[in-house]
Amino acid sequence: MNDHCATCAAFNQLEQMGLTLDDFDRVVALAGNPNTGKSTLFNALTGLKQHTGNWPGKTVTRAEGGFEFNGVRYKLVDLPGTYSLLSASQDEEVARDFILFGQPDCVIVVTDATALERNLNLVLQVLEITDKVVVAVNMMDEARRKGLDVDPRALARDLGVPAVPISARTGEGLSALLRTMAEVIEGQIRTQPRRVHGTPAFQRAVAELAAEIEAAIPGIPNARWVAIRLLDGDERVRQALLNDEFPQLIARQRQADVRFSNKISLEGRQ
Amino acid sequence: MTQAEQILKKADRLRRELPRNFRDEMVQSLYDEAERIARRAVQEREGRSYDLDQKIDRIVTSPIFGLPIMLLLLALVIWITVIGANYPSEWLANGLFWFENQAATLFERWGAPWWLTGFLWHGVYRGLAWVVSVMLPPMAIFFPLFTFLEDLGYLPRVAFNMDWLFKKAGAHGKQSLTMAMGFGCNAAGVVATRIIDSPRERLIAILTNNFVPCNGRFPTLIMLGTIFVAANFPPALTSFVAAGSVVAIVMIGVFFTLLISWLLSRTVLKGEASAFTLELPPYRRPNLGRILYTSLIDRTIFVLWRAITTAAPAGAVIWLLANISVGGVSLAQHIAGFLDPLGWLIGLDGVILLAYIIAIPANEIVVPTMLMVYLGTGMMIDLPWDQLGVILVEQHGWTLLTAINLMLFALLHNPCATTILTIYKETGSKKWATFSVVITLGTAFLVTFLTASLARAFGWV
Repeated sequence: MNDHCATCAAFNQLEQMGLTLDDFDRVVALAGNPNTGKSTLFNALTGLKQHTGNWPGKTVTRAEGGFEFNGVRYKLVDLPGTYSLLSASQDEEVARDFILFGQPDCVIVVTDATALERNLNLVLQVLEITDKVVVAVNMMDEARRKGLDVDPRALARDLGVPAVPISARTGEGLSALLRTMAEVIEGQIRTQPRRVHGTPAFQRAVAELAAEIEAAIPGIPNARWVAIRLLDGDERVRQALLNDEFPQLIARQRQADVRFSNKISLEGRQ
Repeated sequence: MTQAEQILKKADRLRRELPRNFRDEMVQSLYDEAERIARRAVQEREGRSYDLDQKIDRIVTSPIFGLPIMLLLLALVIWITVIGANYPSEWLANGLFWFENQAATLFERWGAPWWLTGFLWHGVYRGLAWVVSVMLPPMAIFFPLFTFLEDLGYLPRVAFNMDWLFKKAGAHGKQSLTMAMGFGCNAAGVVATRIIDSPRERLIAILTNNFVPCNGRFPTLIMLGTIFVAANFPPALTSFVAAGSVVAIVMIGVFFTLLISWLLSRTVLKGEASAFTLELPPYRRPNLGRILYTSLIDRTIFVLWRAITTAAPAGAVIWLLANISVGGVSLAQHIAGFLDPLGWLIGLDGVILLAYIIAIPANEIVVPTMLMVYLGTGMMIDLPWDQLGVILVEQHGWTLLTAINLMLFALLHNPCATTILTIYKETGSKKWATFSVVITLGTAFLVTFLTASLARAFGWV
């Protein structure tokens, strides 16, 4: 599928563009559990100094930065950590709304190699709603220190999407990650995400409801997810539908609203 | 019936046709799948250091040693700051004030009007000089140490040791985490409360965050402890007394955080504490370069710059107040005299209260402001750094009570302007923002009034 060439110097193809976001070709989101190193990866790729730290819950707002790789300009969106797409606290909602309604060209799910099982819950949930996923298996150095052998090939095979071992702090594996990301976006890598489907009756119900939602709100991404939440009786999603909040919600994700700023990184501290 | 209502109705009908626990089953199968995949992808070798993490955690988060270790670490960090900051502060002050005199003399020789020299050099510049010499050395020592502990992964352990206290107070256990972040910056601590999903508990966390001293107020407290409280003890003990008094103040801050949380959850914000899990991240070897960058560029320069931008106008205001006279007495003395009775009531004096009013935009500059008021109004002529405490005692009737109450007041009083604005933005309500000022300021006045009254009743002062 792809060769993880960790030694070649593809890094010189990366150009950190900091806050230059005027004219980007692709949008990439960084998702993942809290404290898996999303902001560290964000800084490594954009050259910005989003405050990072060994602390779950550092990032509570969305930070945006830019980089160029092989001549393509990317907007990178650093999201707050979240354990699940079902959760309710405000920081997690920011992450969930962007993954669902921000229509990123690719979601990089950053996972902690030392706590893979817990991290995979979110990966599987993201796989439920989008094909364009790359799993970054971060903290490989720490996993080695802890005596864990993590096999990204087995992971990629089971998940049906690429899994790239990286260590965001040292920069190990970043060029392979970017190459894989580009190939997924451009369709050179065809993903076949593993999906947990549920019973046939459930699938039928979801499909039926999703079709109606799509008819009612033209252009809504992830109508399936909305359908599942409605079947589940999620009160907030019901209200959002009744008050016609979805078009606004989608529009809000497209605005370059919460750009990276020193103020946010300090006060969101972060 | 609208389209949305039709969809909801259909969802309700479809739900009834599904098995009752269909979603639980989905979630369960997701978890099972995650476990299966993880088991295939991860092989465990004989781990040595993995156990080390757990062993360390067993000690630093143990019910017996957890809290004492925490206090010892805090005391150590502050003690290092006290020891390390004293001489650089003195050198900086001597150098900067020497420059003030040279510049003022030069201006006079050029024939500049006295008010211009005074306003520029004895007003604006002196404000800057005070803030830099008093705040820069402690910050340059304290912040890297603080950031080191943060990077190491120790702060979540602090939260872990204390979450049960918050649950007892009827608040969210994660408030211990947002409180710990408040030690860095209260505005940041307020933003961090977004991790608390219950609105009631989030409000409690927002309203009480200011009761722990932020990085901006730590240098103030350390300096108050060093110059004023420790001045009442033999020289050999000063650094320990100073560190001890700051640790005590921090403990008092945590105590009031819990007390006010408890009171709020019994009155205006009634409700049950919700369940949660707190995650302990692994220990990580801190990255030295990043610690220096974060602590010196992000924090020190940031805090210092904020202080400087408010100190320059504050210096100007003080100079004006000291040099505009009504009926032969300067405005500053008029105001200080007017505030004196209130100041006396809470064990302080009119000058200190005046300094607090001038320093409202960034109250970490209150001590430099206070010293400037004493100096600028001609109440204190020379500046012997090492005898600052002694002079205040001899010339201005300072007592141990004044020093302690000043520390208490610095700990408990209203949030800085940035934090108030952040509270307003996070709650979207002027009412709660105002309330946050009322409870903090109210607590500050009440507590200092009580200590002053008690001390006087027992004849200690």
